[in-house]
Amino acid sequence: MSLRIVVCVKYVPDATGDRHFADDLTVDRDDVDGLLSELDEYAVEQALQIADEADDAEITVLTVGPEDAKDALRKALSMGADKAVHVEDDDLHGTDVMGTSLVLAKAIEKTGYDLVITGMASTDGTMGVLPAILAERLGVPQVTLLSEVSVEDGVVKGRRDGDAASEQLEASLPAVVSVTDQSGEARYPSFKGIMAAKKKPVESLDLGDLDIEAEEVGLEGAWTKVESATERPARTAGTIVKDEGEGGKQLAEYLAGQKFI
Amino acid sequence: MAEVLVYVDHVDGAVRKPTLELLTLARRVGEPVAVALGAGAEATAATLAEHGAVKVLTADAPEFADYLVVPKVDALQAAYEAVSPVAVLVPSSAEAKEIAARLAVRIKSGIITDAVDIEAGDEGPVATQSVFAASYTTKSRISQGTPVITVKPNSAAVEAAPAAGAVEALSVSFSEKATGTKVVSRTPRESTGRPELTEAAIVVSGGRGVNGAENFSIIENLADSLGAAVGASRAAVDAGWYPHSNQVGQTGKSVSPQLYIASGISGAIQHRAGMQTSKTIVAINKDAEAPIFDLVDYGVVGDLFEVVPALTEEVKARKG
Repeated sequence: MSLRIVVCVKYVPDATGDRHFADDLTVDRDDVDGLLSELDEYAVEQALQIADEADDAEITVLTVGPEDAKDALRKALSMGADKAVHVEDDDLHGTDVMGTSLVLAKAIEKTGYDLVITGMASTDGTMGVLPAILAERLGVPQVTLLSEVSVEDGVVKGRRDGDAASEQLEASLPAVVSVTDQSGEARYPSFKGIMAAKKKPVESLDLGDLDIEAEEVGLEGAWTKVESATERPARTAGTIVKDEGEGGKQLAEYLAGQKFI
Repeated sequence: MAEVLVYVDHVDGAVRKPTLELLTLARRVGEPVAVALGAGAEATAATLAEHGAVKVLTADAPEFADYLVVPKVDALQAAYEAVSPVAVLVPSSAEAKEIAARLAVRIKSGIITDAVDIEAGDEGPVATQSVFAASYTTKSRISQGTPVITVKPNSAAVEAAPAAGAVEALSVSFSEKATGTKVVSRTPRESTGRPELTEAAIVVSGGRGVNGAENFSIIENLADSLGAAVGASRAAVDAGWYPHSNQVGQTGKSVSPQLYIASGISGAIQHRAGMQTSKTIVAINKDAEAPIFDLVDYGVVGDLFEVVPALTEEVKARKG
């Protein structure tokens, strides 16, 4: 029986770009180029490694997002995922984490799964709670923030490095896993992979396909409301000195003046 | 007055500082009712009472340590149902955020994570967040259900505000999903004797310019002279010079100390995302063009191997 892996990925504005909010206080996606969230590449990588170890496995990459989000799916397919599912609907604009998790959960159930893998957080919203919410919605074990993961005989095992302790975790499939950037460098797509990705199937779904009402998602359906977004004022220019042998002393002087010493 | 549920982050009864900061913010919204779970839960009561908890709901069971997250969600939900609070506030630790998020799904509430401030508002608490690598500040509120908000460390001052802090046992029945993820073993992190990175008042960080694991001792020496935590940039961590648990930046910890000292760190966006909200920023870098100097209150253009040890000596001398 084939191991069905679904990797949830997000198409985000490039974190090195100059990110802004649009007039409706949603993320402005026009000004900055989008790409597959860097932290999701680790999820794709671990899915590929788990699939390599399994006798038979199929990896589906799943995203919820506008037309351009297909770029993120193509990247994951070129890394080696088998097929993709793209949930796209105009009514999704402005959806918060609760709405997104609802859409993902329905799409995961429709696709069929034994293992869901995600990154540790998106690089735009950076909440880091979506995997836990997915596990709650799907009613399956949550095995999250892993820096090491393996699957054997229907059991997922992994290491979770927390602030206070490092934990070895274990759960039976089906389960939701999230992996950190410590889980292992993500591979670059090969030329062959990029060519092959063009022929891989990308299924498009809308809210109707998932039996989700428009009121349950979007800006109006969000359970949180952003009331204002203010650009942080540039820090006022500080004092810069060149070390001519007295730099350490001068710095100590400054810190003492600020009462840090 | 309305009650606010506050989830307590503690280690065997020792309350961690971010929870005390949370109590300061909770008192703006209502009367704090604390929820402490696991071994040592009752021992948290005295400290919580000193900082404003009117009640401390406690529960202990082997499930809290033996299984991941879900038993604590069950308990927090039991507390929510017993208290009917106007808001649920939770420290932004990795685990507590997951607990908060699952609770929010269950009680059909919106969630805001990583707030840096909370004020009372006409339509419920308003949370301030610092987003897009701290280039924007947003104010948000929850428009559905009881607000669930997680708050980052160093977001408020710890204030003494004596209250009753009466301990009440919380009755919890675990859901069948509670035992889904087993914690097979747990290895406590070795203590460095330094403050926790996200909670520290001063952080001293080293980057690519430190040029080797063996040189990090000069960063540590400066940190120790100031009673500071040690941080590292992604470049230093990826090079294997310092542990990932100390990484400051987008994929590491986000810190907001009173003083941040960056040594040999250029200040790429990846790093700035994790430290830009620090109150005072100081940098030492030999490249006068390094972007970190755009952020600093005080910068020294120079060789960190000269400047940092000299600073350390000077700090020690001044502290006597």
